[in-house]
Amino acid sequence: MAVITTPNGYSLDNSGQRVVIDPVTRIEGHMRCEVNIDANNVIRNAVSTGTMWRGLEVILKGRDPRDAWAFVERICGVCTGCHALASVRAVEDALDIKIPLNAYLIREMMAKTLQVHDHVVHFYHLHALDWVNPVNALKADPRATSTLQQTVSPVHPLSSPGYFRDIQTRIKRFIESGQLGPFKNGYWDNPAYRMPPEADLMAVAHYLEALDMQKEFVKLHTVFGGKNPHPNYLVGGVPCAINMDQNYSAGAPLNMERLNFVRARIEEMIAFNKNVYVPDVIAIASFYKNQLWGGGHGAVNVMDYGDYAKVPYDKSTDQLPGGVILNGNWDEVMPIDPRNPEEVQEFVTHSWYSYPDESKGLHPWDGITEPNYVLGPNAKGTRTNIQELDEGAKYSWIKAPRWKGHAVEVGPLSRYTIAYAKGIGYVKEQLERSLGAFNQLAQTNLDAKAALHSTIGRTLARALESEYCADMMMDDWHALIANIKAGDTATANMDKWHPDTWPAEAKGVGNVAAPRGALGHWIRIKDGKIENYQCVVPTTWNGSPRDPAGNIGAFEACLMNTPVERPNEPVEILRSLHSFDPCLACSTHVMGPDGEELTTVKVR
Amino acid sequence: MLETFYDVMRRQGISRRSFLKYCSLTAAALGLGPEFAGKIAHAMETKPRIPILWLHGLECTCCSESFIRSAHPLAKDVILSMVSLDYDDTIMAAAGQQAEAIIEETIQKYDGNFILAVEGNPPLNQDGMSCIIGGKPFLDQLTHVAKHCKAIISWGSCASYGCVQAAKPNPTRATPVHKVIHDKPIIKVPGCPPIAEVMTAVVTYILTFEKFPELDRQGRPKMFYSQRIHDKCYRRPHFDAGQFVESFDDEGARKGYCLYKVGCKGPTTYNACSTIRWNEGTSFPIQAGHGCIGCSEDGFWDKGSWYARLTDIKQFGIEANADTVGMVAAGSVGVAIAAHAAASAVSRAKANHAKQEQPVATSDQGE
Repeated sequence: MAVITTPNGYSLDNSGQRVVIDPVTRIEGHMRCEVNIDANNVIRNAVSTGTMWRGLEVILKGRDPRDAWAFVERICGVCTGCHALASVRAVEDALDIKIPLNAYLIREMMAKTLQVHDHVVHFYHLHALDWVNPVNALKADPRATSTLQQTVSPVHPLSSPGYFRDIQTRIKRFIESGQLGPFKNGYWDNPAYRMPPEADLMAVAHYLEALDMQKEFVKLHTVFGGKNPHPNYLVGGVPCAINMDQNYSAGAPLNMERLNFVRARIEEMIAFNKNVYVPDVIAIASFYKNQLWGGGHGAVNVMDYGDYAKVPYDKSTDQLPGGVILNGNWDEVMPIDPRNPEEVQEFVTHSWYSYPDESKGLHPWDGITEPNYVLGPNAKGTRTNIQELDEGAKYSWIKAPRWKGHAVEVGPLSRYTIAYAKGIGYVKEQLERSLGAFNQLAQTNLDAKAALHSTIGRTLARALESEYCADMMMDDWHALIANIKAGDTATANMDKWHPDTWPAEAKGVGNVAAPRGALGHWIRIKDGKIENYQCVVPTTWNGSPRDPAGNIGAFEACLMNTPVERPNEPVEILRSLHSFDPCLACSTHVMGPDGEELTTVKVR
Repeated sequence: MLETFYDVMRRQGISRRSFLKYCSLTAAALGLGPEFAGKIAHAMETKPRIPILWLHGLECTCCSESFIRSAHPLAKDVILSMVSLDYDDTIMAAAGQQAEAIIEETIQKYDGNFILAVEGNPPLNQDGMSCIIGGKPFLDQLTHVAKHCKAIISWGSCASYGCVQAAKPNPTRATPVHKVIHDKPIIKVPGCPPIAEVMTAVVTYILTFEKFPELDRQGRPKMFYSQRIHDKCYRRPHFDAGQFVESFDDEGARKGYCLYKVGCKGPTTYNACSTIRWNEGTSFPIQAGHGCIGCSEDGFWDKGSWYARLTDIKQFGIEANADTVGMVAAGSVGVAIAAHAAASAVSRAKANHAKQEQPVATSDQGE
């Protein structure tokens, strides 16, 4: 292949050394990545492949729409609950069910808890080892780490030299054992790691603190949904009834003690974001100020549906508004309509599926999923032992969704770009304050456009969104208390619970600001059963293969033109891919392997 | 029992001199000073933490997420001090060829002496290529590693039974582990996901007692799966008294009455949710107002709606006509106990016939 220029402005050159990373680790699910690296160790071509599917939408056909939330919740146990929420929203949209305010606020708190939990676990346990070198932490002077900790976050109580010495001793004994567990075969002598030992030690300490704290955050789900992962949801509201002062209150799902318990968890989330997570990301980013690549579509071509309406069912009050920005024009945020058949469409020219006419995309309500697992003529290896894929042909189990034909990036960075462009006060103030802190530490003078269009920008936006969500959650908690105080204790609207109250046919959409980006579920209901169910999830957008016009998706775009220290050690590649928090079980669950089963599916 | 790393190297004909050189190189490769070489050598001459290779097939990662929620022991203590989690693609630093190399290295050093933990299951349709690891079917990786392991932990309902992707019509032919691996001891820890503290208790039991806990005839640990949710539910007195939630958010729902009539599967589900509870004992689904959906039972996705009353389980004491259940409660409990006792006797007989417990080698739990 000669050099190809894509419509969305990338030059792809696959003449250099081909490097394959399979499996890509520290993600949810299974993914493969291939890149071509030129003589100067710069990535000139990138190929991202989803390597799993489960066929959940096939399984849903013919089932009770009220049961769907539990099936689709199992799309992903990491972003647990966001698919269940999208599902109950889609069913309620189809059946025109409005839920009580208490139920709305409880669902909001659950969704935002997921944001905080997912973002924290992503940063510390999936992403941090791309920036942080735990072996280097052994060389740190714990006193220097203590000084650094008190500089970047003076209010965090775990900051004494003795504390960091204890952590260091523990890590030292672990590494001296010769059994490195999850750190085994890491890239610890790769020069892509740039932090001084004292910063590495601080980050390792917070890796362990975050592991302890994340289990506390999710207890909010346990109160409202009974368990985590996979809390319970309910079409029409929430299952947790309120009983503040009547008989048997102590055994009721929600009472004063339970609500106090929830408030304590929210306070922990707020504190961890402000004292640990956000300061850590700013501090770590400052050591990588000279590695501002990985922008791709980030902050330039972005999309979200919008979420967190202050007033239920009023999209104009979304605290993270939706829309589309193209070509980096922050002056224009275009509206998005998930119901319009001309807007969101999925293409399969480079996916292991076939359409009758692959030059066209299909809206999710009209989606077709007919698998076609074939390798292109230039692929190397065999059907069950792939050495190299041929990206000129079909090469992924992920479809390619596009907005009016444009490849866009979704995720916290996209939401923050839109919110900033729309002048959302909290986001504007928070972003400017954080960039100020970054510029001060790094001694740079980057504006928002320059800083956000990068791998670091994606990681920073996620931390800021976590902080925002925890703060919003406290507002939700107070609103819930105020509403109960005003005499409203309703938690579920059961008026249309029974299928005999439903129309013969109905269709609906449920959108959620999922941790990884814009999530949409589209449902068709016929005679009380699911006729068709389609999900277009964040990683389908970001991890998409090429489309008929040749546009590359966000994963591939972010890797382009990145210099790497060592071609055979994928530190920089993992760093940029992880900045999206890929979720492959989400992106590829949609596919059925047998096209016939989609139309002649046997139901219970 | 596990050999030490040093024993293995000596057995493979490596001299002590070469061994010490290896330790120096390891220290250098990690960017550590020469003083670390001696410490690494000492560690390798003493008994290692038991290695675990944790593989992921078709799944949603909820089992891993549950595992890290464990409060006692804390997940960090399990990982840093109890076991050596050498391969787990969800959290491991290495990727691609460096990750795959760990599997071969572990097999070489600890052949027959490591634990294989499986989250998810292999799909058999499409030549197995609906779950690809390193360019090949996940099934290849699973059978390869299983051949060399000491024992297998099947985490969650995917590995144990198939779970959601195996619900009808099971489009990928997702298949539980015990149906493709027949020659290794397997312990099933079902649930979607299993309770965090149940997962870590199973691991620590194996480490402490150097064997599997006693298993039932399905291969589940009796200590957590021998009672139904219903048996120890805090709402059980309302069931016995005939006090039911008739509809969500009704008066009964607010009083914490029994959820049987809105579909609770507690009477047919074997798990520890109503005793150990979830997330450090915070709550469990019934306490939070939703019926049990039976997520630790084989094929629970295809056993009717979450909201449909159980009607086909008279042998366990639930009458088909729920409206009369309160009135006949005393009688039905008697039936339940008798039926349960009979079932237990049968299972004991079967278990004695095909002895499940097999010793599993373990190591010290020290760091």
